[in-house]
Amino acid sequence: MLRQVTLEDIRPIAIGAGILGTGGGGNPYLGGLHLASVIREKGPQAIIDPFDLADDALCCVVGSIGAPTVSIEKLPEGTEMMRAMRELEAHIGRRFDAVAIAEIGGANSMQPLIGGLQAGIPTVDSDSMGRAFPEIQMSSFLFDTSAKAAPLAMVDVADNAALIPAAVSDVWAEKMARNIAVSMGARAGLAGTIMTGAQVKAAGVHYTLSLAHHLGSRVIEAQERKADVPAVVADALDGEVIFCGKITDVDRRVSKGFARGGVRFESYSGADVLEIEFQNEFLIAYINGEIVATVPDLICIVTEEEGEPVTTEVLRYGTRVAVIAAPAPAQLKSGVALDVVGPRAFGYDVDFRPLPGGVIGRSPQRFTTEEKEDTQRSQRELQGNHANPL
Amino acid sequence: MRIGVDVGGTNTDAVLMDGTTVVSSTKTPTTANVSAGIAKALRTVLEDSGIDRATIDGVMIGTTHFTNAVVERKHLTPTACIRLGLPATVCLPPMVDWPDDLREIVGGNAHLAHGGHEFDGREISAYQPDEVRAIAEKIRDAGLDAIAISSVFSPVNATFEEQSAEIVRSVIPGANITLSSEIGRIGLLERENAAIMNSCLRQLAARTVDGFKAALDELQITAPFYISQNDGTLMNADFAKEYPVLTFASGPTNSMRGAAFLSGLRDAIVVDVGGTTTDIGVLQHGFPRVAALAVDIGGVRTNFRMPDTYSIGLGGGSLIASNPLKVGPRSVGYELTEKALVFGGDVLTATDVIVAGGVSPPREGGSVEGGALSIGDASAVSHLDAELVAAVQGRIMEMIAIAVDRMKTSATPVPVIVVGGGSILVTGAVEGASEIIKPDHFPVANAIGAAIAQVGGECDRIFSLAELSRDEALDQAKGEASDRAVNAGADAESIEIVDVEEVPLAYLPGNATRIMVKAIGDLVEV
Repeated sequence: MLRQVTLEDIRPIAIGAGILGTGGGGNPYLGGLHLASVIREKGPQAIIDPFDLADDALCCVVGSIGAPTVSIEKLPEGTEMMRAMRELEAHIGRRFDAVAIAEIGGANSMQPLIGGLQAGIPTVDSDSMGRAFPEIQMSSFLFDTSAKAAPLAMVDVADNAALIPAAVSDVWAEKMARNIAVSMGARAGLAGTIMTGAQVKAAGVHYTLSLAHHLGSRVIEAQERKADVPAVVADALDGEVIFCGKITDVDRRVSKGFARGGVRFESYSGADVLEIEFQNEFLIAYINGEIVATVPDLICIVTEEEGEPVTTEVLRYGTRVAVIAAPAPAQLKSGVALDVVGPRAFGYDVDFRPLPGGVIGRSPQRFTTEEKEDTQRSQRELQGNHANPL
Repeated sequence: MRIGVDVGGTNTDAVLMDGTTVVSSTKTPTTANVSAGIAKALRTVLEDSGIDRATIDGVMIGTTHFTNAVVERKHLTPTACIRLGLPATVCLPPMVDWPDDLREIVGGNAHLAHGGHEFDGREISAYQPDEVRAIAEKIRDAGLDAIAISSVFSPVNATFEEQSAEIVRSVIPGANITLSSEIGRIGLLERENAAIMNSCLRQLAARTVDGFKAALDELQITAPFYISQNDGTLMNADFAKEYPVLTFASGPTNSMRGAAFLSGLRDAIVVDVGGTTTDIGVLQHGFPRVAALAVDIGGVRTNFRMPDTYSIGLGGGSLIASNPLKVGPRSVGYELTEKALVFGGDVLTATDVIVAGGVSPPREGGSVEGGALSIGDASAVSHLDAELVAAVQGRIMEMIAIAVDRMKTSATPVPVIVVGGGSILVTGAVEGASEIIKPDHFPVANAIGAAIAQVGGECDRIFSLAELSRDEALDQAKGEASDRAVNAGADAESIEIVDVEEVPLAYLPGNATRIMVKAIGDLVEV
């Protein structure tokens, strides 16, 4: 696993986190540029194995909350994460020992590294999703545990700060935080979900920073040797390439603060149609009307040649893509978890249909030693026209 | 009839076309004073064909001048950038992701000021005219008069950019100002990058376009003239002076459209070897494959929708260093016919080495207009070491093979169409190519692509989906874009919608969505 994050690690993490963003979470490119400037100033950021945390260590999560289309335009001031943590520390009267990752998918992979480095504390190699989700309560740190999203603190680019000392539920915390984020310009830094080291160990989706780094490194390596990059992505996530084709329609709406919509793809022969429903992230995939993947399993779209992640805000007619479905971490599949992150939690009247297997949240040996690419590829060929790029 | 002209760093090509027939074509060296080269090329095609000047409907000019200027870091005007949005955006200042050498040449003169808008139209912070005035004075005192102005969410509200431009003009009369809102879309860094590059290039653009005009005047050609844009459509001359950045990558678009036209192939890889760079692109159904994500120009990210090309610093004018062996990226450019050894100069170029190695005539019965067999004085390079010649040939083919491989979508061999004046550099087989095609008129594919270019129309505005259904709004936007293309001279029958993009504006009443549609069509024959 990663012991520290240096300048050279930023690119692989950004690529891996972008793919794990499942279309949402914002582009880690800008966060990566920002992290690079902070590392140049302060040196590498220390990463701590979750099982090396003292049981009584004090941790929180940080992240940016807002709308993805805003994040590429209204760039941050830069110290939002650290300022949010300081507001929260002032409220509870204690300093944090380490910062955990709320959301490894997308731009929020970078924020705990930036915030931890600025605050002088290590970042924990664990997150609460193993992917991206749109709302605060969608966190394994909060499912069936005693941890709460509130108290939480939020800051904007200026000197505006907000504190939510208490909320009757994590959903209430999310609703209040969302409204504050809107008033802060649809972009704010947030620190919350205060936990002990023991709670992080018990509830986290572990080693996902290392997984993002590993995934990104394999993508870079595959690009360099002109390998089938989508197959490599599928292999690294123990998933499958379920479709290759081009985007033929994008329907976007914004309601209740989220970019919702549907995107339609056609295979190159025109014979097959893939449709994906998204709400910031890709949530449900249908091929020719049949459900093939459901949230919380991951639906990742990458460009066909380079394997670069395609996010909901850059979906464009004509883009040639490969779509990968990969099994969610076990922490998201319990009954309690599915009430919060299953298809019904997003308003779809369908059951979760888990994909078999899974590597996200597992020990790093699981994803750094196995090489199953060749079997993956032959499986993909056997699948026939869905996965045939010609 | 139409004349297509391509002004490259090394050669100026012209072609006279009657419908789809190439009536005459020529290739002449680009001159320091571009108008002389254009005049010479135009005079040649007119005299060769003997046609009456009054039958010319239009002159279409494509140029890679502005792209080359950025790639080679030449002729760039030092430019300051003022960004409005404090306290947002501080951690990622203007030019943060530029290559160091380019940032140094452009000056790295970046200023942040208050202002900017939120997504919903509120102000991020109060706009402060005095702050902008003080920055403008600093820029003036630094001796700069080229300025790019960006403001957070300026595609939604450009007021602060416009107000700042007025202040800058009052401090620096005649300042060359580009507003980011005029150039690009949502995505602050990419839009700002394009705006800075636009101001960097305006002096060069004014000189270049005036040169084009002078050349046409000299020949008493009164037909309208157009400049190619990056999407393969045309813009008029005055517009081109203001927005040279919109010509970026028009060269590759023209050469690929020309290559498709000449070869009759609709799916292939196109290798366009010029004097300074080689551009590799992919034809899909007769059109260039468009880049899916952000496009780098000379190492700078932009968010234009552009052909997905890969450029390497290899061309007929590339400088050769022998110890250690190096081909390009520096090039003698338009001075090839003065500086290269085979033309009596004293600089060793890629062309010299290829001539020394013995030029193979073009295949496929290709013609040799200005090309292979008429290159300078071979005796001037007979002294070159055979080992060096072989090493350089090997290096060139290796550079091309790597670039072709990078652009392929699978390991399956595909046809490779070689075009451009530097095509002689391709001396062997390309690994991974099913065949190498050098079509008739290959040296002037760019000019042919320019001549067959189309005209476009765009609709870019905000629709309220409370009053219209999404389909109605899309139809209305498509209708407006098509009407504009017709007004710009397109044949209504030929119009195609080539790009549709919707960007929802969150939290605005009535589910407002920004819809951008581009329509293109053939220029109607007069």
